[in-house]
Amino acid sequence: MEAEHTVVGRRRPRVDAMAQTTGRLAYADDVTLPGTVIGRQLRSPHAHALINAIDTSRAEALEGVLAVITGRDLPTAYGILPVSQDEHALAVEKVRHVGEPVAAVAALDAETAEEALRLIQVEYRPLDDVATIEEALTEDRPLLHGQGVGPNVHRSVALEFGDVDAGFARADHIREDLFFFGGNTHAALELHAALASSEADGKLTVWSSTQVPHYLHRTVATVLDLEMNRIRVIATPNGGGFGGKTDLFSHELVAAKLSMLTGRPVKITLTREEVFYTHRGRHPVLMWLRTGFRSDGSITSMHLRTHLDGGAYGSYGMASLYYTGALQTSTYRIPNYRFEGVRAFTNKPPCGPKRGHGTPQPRFALECHLDQAAAELGLDPVTIRLRNAIEPHTMTVNHLRITSCGLNECIEKVVEASAFDSRFGRLGPGHGVGLAIGAYLSGAGLPIYFNDMPQSEVQIKVDRGGGVTVYSMAIDIGQGSTSMLATVVGERLGLEPGELAMVTADTDLTPVDLGSYSSRVTFMAGNAALEAADRIRDMILEAVADELEADVGDLVVAHGRIFVRGTPDAGVAWTDAVRAATERFGSLMASGSYRAPRLAGPYRGSGVGISPAYSYSAAVVEVDCDRDTGMVDVKKVWLAHDIGRAINPLLVEGQIEGSVYMALGEALFEEQAFRRTLHRGPSLLDYKMPTFLEMPPVESILVESIDPEGPFGAKEVGQGPLLPVIPAVANAIHDALGVRIDEVPITPDKIVAALRDLDRGGPGRFGPTDLPDFDFGPPWPVEPPEGFAVP
Amino acid sequence: MAKRVVTLSVNGATTELLVAEHRTLLEVLRHDLGLVGTKYGCDLGECGTCTVLVDGRPVLSCLTLAVQTEGRSVTTIEGLARGGRPDPLQTAFAEHGAAQCGYCTPGMLLTARALLDDRPDPSRDDIKQALAGNLCRCTGYNKILDAVETAARESGI
Repeated sequence: MEAEHTVVGRRRPRVDAMAQTTGRLAYADDVTLPGTVIGRQLRSPHAHALINAIDTSRAEALEGVLAVITGRDLPTAYGILPVSQDEHALAVEKVRHVGEPVAAVAALDAETAEEALRLIQVEYRPLDDVATIEEALTEDRPLLHGQGVGPNVHRSVALEFGDVDAGFARADHIREDLFFFGGNTHAALELHAALASSEADGKLTVWSSTQVPHYLHRTVATVLDLEMNRIRVIATPNGGGFGGKTDLFSHELVAAKLSMLTGRPVKITLTREEVFYTHRGRHPVLMWLRTGFRSDGSITSMHLRTHLDGGAYGSYGMASLYYTGALQTSTYRIPNYRFEGVRAFTNKPPCGPKRGHGTPQPRFALECHLDQAAAELGLDPVTIRLRNAIEPHTMTVNHLRITSCGLNECIEKVVEASAFDSRFGRLGPGHGVGLAIGAYLSGAGLPIYFNDMPQSEVQIKVDRGGGVTVYSMAIDIGQGSTSMLATVVGERLGLEPGELAMVTADTDLTPVDLGSYSSRVTFMAGNAALEAADRIRDMILEAVADELEADVGDLVVAHGRIFVRGTPDAGVAWTDAVRAATERFGSLMASGSYRAPRLAGPYRGSGVGISPAYSYSAAVVEVDCDRDTGMVDVKKVWLAHDIGRAINPLLVEGQIEGSVYMALGEALFEEQAFRRTLHRGPSLLDYKMPTFLEMPPVESILVESIDPEGPFGAKEVGQGPLLPVIPAVANAIHDALGVRIDEVPITPDKIVAALRDLDRGGPGRFGPTDLPDFDFGPPWPVEPPEGFAVP
Repeated sequence: MAKRVVTLSVNGATTELLVAEHRTLLEVLRHDLGLVGTKYGCDLGECGTCTVLVDGRPVLSCLTLAVQTEGRSVTTIEGLARGGRPDPLQTAFAEHGAAQCGYCTPGMLLTARALLDDRPDPSRDDIKQALAGNLCRCTGYNKILDAVETAARESGI
C-alpha cells in the first residue's frame, strides 16, 4: 500500500513567495548589464500601406545613436507555427496594421532613442484597409498577403463526423442561434521586455519575458542566422502571461540584432500602448450553431460555423481556428457533428491565444444555446446538461480520447452549493442565477513543430550536503509551475518544496520543456519531474536498504528521512542516505522525460484538440441587474473544477479565482475595440478591467477524479475554469431580466437595447443577425472512431 | 533639459542626485537608484503598480516628479521590511497565495501598509476601497483581501 502523501495535496505558499513580496524577484526589465543601452521601435501610423522608402540618415547622425535598422537588416520571415511563416521583425515593403514595427534604434538613453525615431523618415503609400470579417470575406478588398484583391482568407475548414443530416432527421426539436464574441486582450501588468547581449566570443544571450523560451531559441537562430548552440535564451519570471507572451515578438529579435551590431547589451521594454498593438489576444468570432435534440434533451446532431477575425498575421491562428471547433464534443455526447470555420485577415493587430485559446467563444455560444433549447423542451439547465454529459473513458465522434472525467460531479456539486435548483427562475425581477460547464486540455497533444522528442525533460542533481537541484525549462508565469515541480520532487524524495533549489527556463542550464501554454506544464513537466525524482529515489533506496538490511519495498521516504515502514526512529537521515548512495553510485544525477501518447485522429486538423487528459468545470453565477441602467452586479460565483488531483490546493484555488476574474472581465467589460482599423484606446485608462470593487466572492470546489496518467493523478487548472463563467453570466442575466445578450462583452447598452426590444413585444435579444456569405466547400467526411456507438 | 540637484530620502537613506526636472520618481528609483522592486505598469496612473509611500501616503511614482519628493520620506518595497524582519503583510501575502505573478505585489503591499497605518482594523469593504486603485490581473483579488485581513489581525496582537 502506498503511504499517504506528505507533501502533495497540502496548502503551501509558492516557493518564490518571499522573493515576490520583498520585491526581489527580477522580471525582464529589472535585469541590466554593465553598458546596457536602450532600444526603441518605430511603428506604423497606417493600417495598410506600402513602404516606398525609409531614410535613416538623420537618425544615424544624431549623437548618442549607436545603430539604426530596418526590415532589410532582418529579412528572414518567421512565425510561431511552421505553416504560418508570415511575419518579419521589421516590416518589409508593406505594413498591415497600425503599430507594426518598421525600424528600430539603439541609443545611449531613452530620450535619444525617441528623438532618433522622430528623425527616421518613412515614405508610405496608403492602401484601402480591411476592417471586419465581413469586409475581409468580400471579393473586392485588397489582399493583405499577396497581390490584387480578393477574399482575405487565412484558412478555412469543413469537417463532418458521422452523418449530420441523418442526425437532424432523427431530432424532435431543432434550434439555431447566432453569437458574436468580441475580441479582448491579456493586459498582463508586466510590459513585454527583452534584453540581448552579444558577447565578444560571438555568443548571444537573450533575456525575455516569454512563455516559450524553447521556441524563441529556435527563432532567434533562424532570424539572426546563428547556430542554436551559440544562443542562450533565459526566460525571466513573467509578470503575467495568459497567452500574451507565447508568440515570438519583434522586440526580442530586434534587441538581439541591435546588440550584435553595437556590441552592447540592448534592452527593449514596450510601452503599454505598444503592448496593445502587439496583442495576440482573443479572436473576435462570429458563430452560428444548429443543434438537433430528442424530446428528452439528448443531442442527435450539431452543426457549428465559426468566423474568426484574425488581424494582420497568422500567429497561432491556424490552431485558434481549429480550436473553435474541437472541444464541444469533450463535454457532451454529440453523435454527429459538422464544423465549418474560416479565419480572415484584417488590418488590425494579430490575434492569437488567450486563456482558453479559441474555446471560450464557442463555449459561450453552446452554453447559451443549450439553456434556450432546454426552455423550449421544458427541461431545466441542469437536466439537459446531465442528459448529454460525456462519460469517462470514452472516445468522441471527432476522435478525442476522454479518460478521467469528473463532469457530473462538478455539475452536481456546484448546483448543490449554490442551491441552483431552488433559485433558478425564482429570484424575482432583476435577480438571477446561471449555469454553464466547460472542459480544457491538460497540454496540447502535439508540439508546435513536428518532432518525436519528449515534450518535457527534467534533470535532478543531488550534492554531497544533501542539496537537491531541479532543472527544467518550464517558466513560471505566475501559475506556480516552479512550486509544482518542487512539490512533485519533494514528495518523492521526502523533502519540503522550499528546501529544493530550482533552476528554470534557461536554455544553457535546463533541458527542454516546450513552454507555459496549453495548460501543459503540470501534466508534462510534472510527469518528467516524477520520473527523474523516482530515479534518484531508487538509488537512495537501494543504498539505504543495504545499510538497514531491509527490503527496498519496505522503506518509506518522508520528512527528510528514510526508514522501514512502522519504525520511523530507526531510519537514516536524508543527508546520510545521500552519502551512502554517492559512495555506491558516484555522482547522483538523473533525468526524466514525458512524451504524450499518440492520439491524433485520421484527418487533417486532428492534431488540435487532442490531449492526454481533460479538465472539467461547472459554474453558477448569481447577478443583480438594474433594469433602468443595464448595470450588472455579480454577487457570487460558485465554481467546481475537476483537477484530477490538487498537488497544492492553495495554488489550484488561486487559478480558479483568477480564471473567474478574467472571465468576468471578458463577459462584462473588456474589449479590444477599433474604429475601423484604429484602436479605440490602447491604454489601461480606456481598456476597463475589474477592480477590487467589481470582484465578487468565489466559492471553489475541487473535484478529484485522479487521472490515470497525470502526475499523482493531476490535471490542469490554469485555463479550464474560465470557460463556463462567461456563458453562466449570460444565462444569469437572462434569468434576471428575460433578455438574451448573444454578444460578448455584455455591456449595459446592449442590455438596455434588449429590454427595449422586449418591451416592444420583440424577443428581447441583442446579438448578430446575419452571417457573411462564405462557401466553406463540401465537408471532409470523417468516420467516427471504431466502436463509437450512436446513442 | 534643466537639471537640479535633489536630496532624496529613500528607505531611510539620504542620497544627493543630479536629476532632470521632468524625470519621474519611478524613473529615478529604478534607473538612478537601482530600486527595481517598484514596477512600471501603465505610465498613466491607472494601474497602481508603481505605488510607493511618500511620508507614509501611497503615491503613484509614475505621476510624481522626483524633484517633488525633495525633503520628504520615500518608502519602496525594498524598505518595507524593518530590522531584517518582513512586514506582517509580506508574510500574509506569501501564506495566502495573494501573489501569483507577483508584479502588482509591491504596489499592493505599500498601499495596504498605508491603510493599516491609518486604520489598523479595517473592514473588508475598507480594504476594497483602499486597494481599488491597484489592479491585479492574476488573483481575482480575494486572496489579497484575506491576506490584508490576516495581517491586520496579527499586527493588532
